[in-house]
Amino acid sequence: MDLKELYRDVILDHNKRPRNFGRMEPCDAHAEGHNPLCGDRLTLYVRMKDDRIEDIRFEGKGCAISTASASLMTEAVKGKDRRTVNELYGRIHSLLTQQDAVPDASLGKLAALSGVREFPARVKCASLCWHTLSAALERSAATVSTE
Amino acid sequence: MAVTATHVAPPPVLDVERVRRDFPILERTVNGQPLVYLDSAASAQRPLAVLRAVERYETQYHANVHRGVHALSQAATDAYEGARERVRRFINAKSTREIIFTRGTTEGINLVAQAYARSRFGPGDEILITGLEHHANIVPWQMVRDQTGCTLKVAPIDRRGEIELDGFLAMLSPRTRLVAIAHVSNALGTILPVKRMIDAAHAHGAVVLVDGAQAIPHCAVDVSALGCDFYAFSGHKLYGPTGIGVLYGREELLQAMPPWQGGGDMILTVSFEKTTYNELPWKFEAGTPNISGTIGLAAAMDYVESLGLEAIAAHERRLLEHATRELERMPGIEIIGTARHKAAVLSFTLAGVHPHDLGTILDAEGVAIRTGHHCAMPVMTFFDIPATARASFGCYNTEAEVARLAAALDKAREVFT
Repeated sequence: MDLKELYRDVILDHNKRPRNFGRMEPCDAHAEGHNPLCGDRLTLYVRMKDDRIEDIRFEGKGCAISTASASLMTEAVKGKDRRTVNELYGRIHSLLTQQDAVPDASLGKLAALSGVREFPARVKCASLCWHTLSAALERSAATVSTE
Repeated sequence: MAVTATHVAPPPVLDVERVRRDFPILERTVNGQPLVYLDSAASAQRPLAVLRAVERYETQYHANVHRGVHALSQAATDAYEGARERVRRFINAKSTREIIFTRGTTEGINLVAQAYARSRFGPGDEILITGLEHHANIVPWQMVRDQTGCTLKVAPIDRRGEIELDGFLAMLSPRTRLVAIAHVSNALGTILPVKRMIDAAHAHGAVVLVDGAQAIPHCAVDVSALGCDFYAFSGHKLYGPTGIGVLYGREELLQAMPPWQGGGDMILTVSFEKTTYNELPWKFEAGTPNISGTIGLAAAMDYVESLGLEAIAAHERRLLEHATRELERMPGIEIIGTARHKAAVLSFTLAGVHPHDLGTILDAEGVAIRTGHHCAMPVMTFFDIPATARASFGCYNTEAEVARLAAALDKAREVFT
């Protein structure tokens, strides 16, 4: 078990200085994620332009893995459309859970999360932000569709 | 020269190296390091004596209890009822009729909530708990509140993690029907002044349930001396098996309570028109019980008494004091729960490192601690933290293991700076 694989410099950096951190007002949708097992909590805010995430921010308290994962995610999905975000989510999910998944170049910095799969108890920490983003995007879609 | 003769009994001493040899699991390594098990408050490890007693039952005389005339059933029944007598002696109850076997503390509390409180309480009645409680001593009472319309009140705690006794006393009134309190806080280690709290509650006519899950391995529990009405605990915190626990209840109260679950073993006669219930304690033990669990629990009680509860408590107290001193002088460590009277629990945070990350890093060093909210979210809310790291000690832990904990914490700080 190699801690360096889990706590890579990118992860430690994003934990210490999370990007896109803080509230967003106004926003098109927000969603709360909570991992009751470890107490991780985050709120995700998105502002959409047509089908794209124009801006995204998050705030909350969590472990290094959940904080860094959320920070990396916000950087990765900003400016992307829903379909691209969903595809990315699928690839991240494989990366976190499948032993033989090889991070492809398109993942960019998100590939730093590949060490998490050696620590099954921590997979939920890394995926919490992605679940929360799904919820936020669904909500923004629902808001759009009712207008 | 005046010589004063003092007759002070020598402090009981535990031969920890010998104790450790009784626990086979302590020989293993985790992530390439010798295991340092500091999570006994979640579940203690089992000594060979317990494992062998269970194995003997499973390989020599397993059968159902109270059912057969054959030799195995008789032997199993004798062992099962013998375990009940063992428990009675361990907690000094008056009668084995007061000893109900349960799955654990949680089930014991739920039994009292449903079979005692639910049918008796209504609007205007109050249940009083404390701000230190484990979810198992909160949620069952919220369910009763929702079922009956009674009120659930919470006595305050202070920044040390002690109960505010004056606040507690002030909340008692003739409306208080039931007081449910932890004997020892699982998240902070605080030992509550339960005797005073029980006496005060009784003065107002309330019955008292004590959640003894964390107290039972750390101090001699005497339910008669405490005078509590109910006392619930689990086997696996006392070096026994999981899935077995005990609810002690005062006989007079248990007699008046309706059964909780219906089924086999809790009846005397059944027809489609009418069923007569079994006597105590079997009235509350529907279905085939956890026979091997009771046998393991009895063996655990034998084991603990062979070491001496006083010797265990003294050893753990020294260890807790040592660990507290060691951690206090480490930069960034904040100890959560600084009550004057504590059992073998050390909850803490390390600045800049989330407890969950701490848990992972310590695990990589072979050190097992608990991280999280410890099923006591209101306690975490009170201290305004999402979680803590918790090291808890048992009869087999050593100062050398505390040093391993401290070294692993240094490592965690290293990773995060």
